[in-house]
Amino acid sequence: MNPWRNIWTITKRELGAYFTSPLAYVFIVIFLLLCGFFTFFVGGFFERQEASLVRPFFDWHPWFYLFLVPAVGMRLWAEERRVGTIELLLTMPITAWQAIVGKFLASWLFLALALALTFPVVLTVNYLGHPDNGVILTAYLGSWLMAGAYLAISCITSALTRSQVVSFIISLVVCLFLILAGFPPVINVLEQLVTPHLVDLVTSFSVMTHFEGFQRGVLDSRDILFFLSVIGFSLFTTSVILRTHRAG
Amino acid sequence: MIKVQNLVKVFGTKRAVDDISFTIDRGEVLGFLGPNGAGKSTTMRMITGFLPPSGGTVTVGGFDIVERPIEARRLIGYLPENAPAYTDMTVHGFLNFAAEIRGLRGDARKKAVSRVVEMCFLESVLRQSVETLSKGYRHRTCFAQSIIHDPDVLVLDEPTDGLDPNQKHEVRQLIRRMGEKKGIIFSTHILEEVDAVCSRAIIIDRGKIVANGTPDELRQKSEWAGAVTLRIRGAASGAVTAKLYQVPLVKRVTVVDEKDGHVTVRAFPKAGANGALAQAIGDAAHEWHIEQLQAEEGRLDEVFRSITMPDTVKEAAK
Repeated sequence: MNPWRNIWTITKRELGAYFTSPLAYVFIVIFLLLCGFFTFFVGGFFERQEASLVRPFFDWHPWFYLFLVPAVGMRLWAEERRVGTIELLLTMPITAWQAIVGKFLASWLFLALALALTFPVVLTVNYLGHPDNGVILTAYLGSWLMAGAYLAISCITSALTRSQVVSFIISLVVCLFLILAGFPPVINVLEQLVTPHLVDLVTSFSVMTHFEGFQRGVLDSRDILFFLSVIGFSLFTTSVILRTHRAG
Repeated sequence: MIKVQNLVKVFGTKRAVDDISFTIDRGEVLGFLGPNGAGKSTTMRMITGFLPPSGGTVTVGGFDIVERPIEARRLIGYLPENAPAYTDMTVHGFLNFAAEIRGLRGDARKKAVSRVVEMCFLESVLRQSVETLSKGYRHRTCFAQSIIHDPDVLVLDEPTDGLDPNQKHEVRQLIRRMGEKKGIIFSTHILEEVDAVCSRAIIIDRGKIVANGTPDELRQKSEWAGAVTLRIRGAASGAVTAKLYQVPLVKRVTVVDEKDGHVTVRAFPKAGANGALAQAIGDAAHEWHIEQLQAEEGRLDEVFRSITMPDTVKEAAK
């Protein structure tokens, strides 16, 4: 049978699961509140006097995602393992890959929805001035890809344990590393300690470095490839972990 | 339908399943017995392809579960231990999901769902979330999921666990009815279930098959099979016992009860007595006033105990 049909069946179920629990609504409300608060108060949207979302809005995304994306991803496999439904899911006539991709897509689409609901910010900036909407669009795309990378990492940690809390904390630490590797204060320290080559190597692993391009409105294939390969690699690792668990 | 050959599963240094082989044909209901931790669930998980075997093969309907997992799994309906189900879904949603992932769409899906809802008596909880269901209903919901695609092979891990006596009866009826057209393997702790449902039973202990046969054949292995219980008036137990030991077929005699001038004794036959013991005792004991003479059937629980914990039973016999 068509693999995408199986994947879509899984995705539909997972999406449904988000919205029958309060988690989805709590997540969306918190995300939107954080976005609003940081953009207009902390980010100094009005004080900047420019019709742009890059600094006041998108700059915060890597930090929001640090806490929020692991919260979305933590239940993906940990809950299946805790309740035992993983035994049902993986004995259905589908491949483990279809289950993994289906679950990942559901969470990723959910994050897309949360992101899309920030549209009033875009309306506001358009009402107040004449921003470059192309830049805003690429920044949104970059933000979504970055969320996907975080999410895929949460998939791994979720498959590692049956405890959602453990999953949350581990993926938070890993994602924090991915941010800090490109965080200017950290880079400054590194530059004094090691050779420039090594600094480049470390920063090339950071989501910050690759998100930067999108924020400037540049669609660099290397940046896109970076996020997609983090996703691909993480999902592959998830499949290996799930297989090893069962191998005993 | 199911062919298990030299199946082995090793967890660390422990051989949870150790070289098990058996087959199940269409129209057969195989009861899978054994103490906790004997390897029942592990074997079933390997048959359904959830756990990869450490050695040996499983084929379902001709498809190897490792080489052709998707084709093999299509033929299987599986009720895992503890009947897991997605707690955040309604019963209706869960069954729809199960049908859809089994490749049933549109009308076929609706029909399949309403068929299992009727079979498992789930109408009243259809719109309820699985989380709020009682254990019996949750169990039946998961059971419904396993038969939604009318599979050729059913693998049921403790299908009556946690059900009340009425529900147990219903599920047994259901298994027996479906067993006429399918190959079914189910595990249980409850020995009366073996009699009620199975056409064949396998007892495993510490990962190995220790008995394999029809319930009657298994019962024959019992010390009790062909034993005779006698109730005699006006005799002393010592004299009765001594006399009974003179009967050639008697292996052992126990005094069950002695009071008010009545004595009840039980004589166990030697191997190969084949039910002739009652006749032999009747002939030998004509001078006694026999109030009751009863030939015993074999007892499955006793067979089960003597096979799965031989040391303990021997000690008790001393």
